[in-house]
Amino acid sequence: MASLAATASLSAPAPMIDVQARRQSRTAWLLVAPAVILILAFIVAPLAAVVFLGFTDFELGYGSFRFVGFENYAELFSDRTFLKSLSNTALYTAIVAPVSLLLGLGLALLIESEKIGRSFFRTAYFLPVASLLVAMATVWQYLFHPSIGPINAGLRMIGLAGPNWLGASDMVLYSLAIIGIWQSAGFNMVLFLAGLTAIPRDLYAAAEVDGAKSALDRFLLVTWPMLGPTTLFVITISIINAVKVFETVKTLTEGGPNKASEVLLFTIYQEGFVYLRVGYASAMTVVFLAVLVVLMVLQYRLLDREVHYA
Amino acid sequence: MTAAPFTLGRAFRLGLLILGALVFLAPYIFMVSTSGKAQSEIFTSSLSLIPDRFYFVENFAKAFSRVSMPQLLWNGVVVCALILVFQVVIAVPCAYALAKLKFPAAKLMMALVMLGLLVPIHATALPLYVAFDRLSVLNSYVALVAPFSISVFGIFLFLQFFRAMPDDLIHAARLDGMSELGIVARVIVPNAWPAVTAFAIFSVVAHWNDLYWPLIVVSNQAYATPPLGLLYFRAAEAGDDYGALMAATLIITLPLVAAFLLAQKRFVEGITMTGLKG
Repeated sequence: MASLAATASLSAPAPMIDVQARRQSRTAWLLVAPAVILILAFIVAPLAAVVFLGFTDFELGYGSFRFVGFENYAELFSDRTFLKSLSNTALYTAIVAPVSLLLGLGLALLIESEKIGRSFFRTAYFLPVASLLVAMATVWQYLFHPSIGPINAGLRMIGLAGPNWLGASDMVLYSLAIIGIWQSAGFNMVLFLAGLTAIPRDLYAAAEVDGAKSALDRFLLVTWPMLGPTTLFVITISIINAVKVFETVKTLTEGGPNKASEVLLFTIYQEGFVYLRVGYASAMTVVFLAVLVVLMVLQYRLLDREVHYA
Repeated sequence: MTAAPFTLGRAFRLGLLILGALVFLAPYIFMVSTSGKAQSEIFTSSLSLIPDRFYFVENFAKAFSRVSMPQLLWNGVVVCALILVFQVVIAVPCAYALAKLKFPAAKLMMALVMLGLLVPIHATALPLYVAFDRLSVLNSYVALVAPFSISVFGIFLFLQFFRAMPDDLIHAARLDGMSELGIVARVIVPNAWPAVTAFAIFSVVAHWNDLYWPLIVVSNQAYATPPLGLLYFRAAEAGDDYGALMAATLIITLPLVAAFLLAQKRFVEGITMTGLKG
């Protein structure tokens, strides 16, 4: 790059380069202008507005609004629904993210080491990722149905009384987590499969020379460290996707029974778009964004520190 | 590894994989089976997968009569296609400029892109809804498409791809007298085809499946996308006619699943590529 610039400045007089540079910069502006305008209109401005609205008592349908300072935020942290929603989201994430990660990794390892039916298995496990979640949630509702559902029918055949999967408040979050895991494990699996194929074969041979005889030794010595970047990425994306759970809750439970499946995005949706309390819902949105930002920062930190294998 | 003998460990591994696959496919199997059962048979809660009496025609007829399925699918196609076209047409030139042209604001632009990557539609939905309400554009394709016309993720993905392209290619085109826009259209895009395909798959899957935004801006069946339409259908059915409900889910799930089965390799590549770089 530097040498190119040097030869250019030798062959052409300085003003010429200036004109060229200016022309290039003008073209660049033309090419990025539509994107800049749309980013400002659909990301930056709404983002500023949501922070602003969080400090007001704005409600859709009322003409005027006033500043309330941190009142919305104070209300948030004594709002039982919101607190319930936060803890539900945390619990849901704490189940779905690790289980779907481990399942994805396990499936990838099994499929990678098996010669038969590789593409069939990959398709089968990946299918939920490509399916319409709202539709498949409806199917799960049927499977989970306490009296006519196949799952409880199967349990009855072996003499067990199945729970009321989506109808009992101590069960509903776990049932939703099962759907969440089913839906995301295949995605993680595909990412891990890509990570596995990128590991150079001779590393395994080298490990064997070094005395790593069992499959477990080889996994701990080679596979796991080499998968570092993939794993970190899968962790982040799994957590972020789990925090954003909405479709299954809206379709199947509407946050019930007894707010037992109230999750963050659903609560924001209810407050903002059903009760139309835009100011209050904006404050919730700011909290939601803060959670996402913290997760992202953690990922960048870890990426910087931990992973140097590639 | 070559022609491995059929050991106990291997049998165990295969058994595990087959069992898992059955569990993962069970919802699809029951969906197809139940869409062919009569209401009375569903209520006997038998586990048999083959319906006693084939009720497919009746269930599908019901699914088609309650909610206009062709309209839903058409809306899904229109919305996804419009979004994709806008995203590509706007993101590709922008990414090209950021990757290959020198201009002072490039750094600032990169910061905007990174900021945008952090912000999901859920965070901007409230002000956008208020604004769309004021502009009276709720219940329209405009409302469904506009916020997604810009994909910072697209810019990010294309940027990575363009950076890896050799500069010589572009210099040669410039010497041939091509304009920068001509370079984008005739040199960059044809060479960026893998990235465009990957992005297209990512975008279509995301927007075909999205419920949040359509739920907010659409209250009129005429503009309902497939997920929203299915919600309407469930409400209209009061939930318990599982035969018709499964028929409706089957119709709505099929297009994307069929596309996936036909272009599997591309799908998996697309998801891995976009996933790993997101």
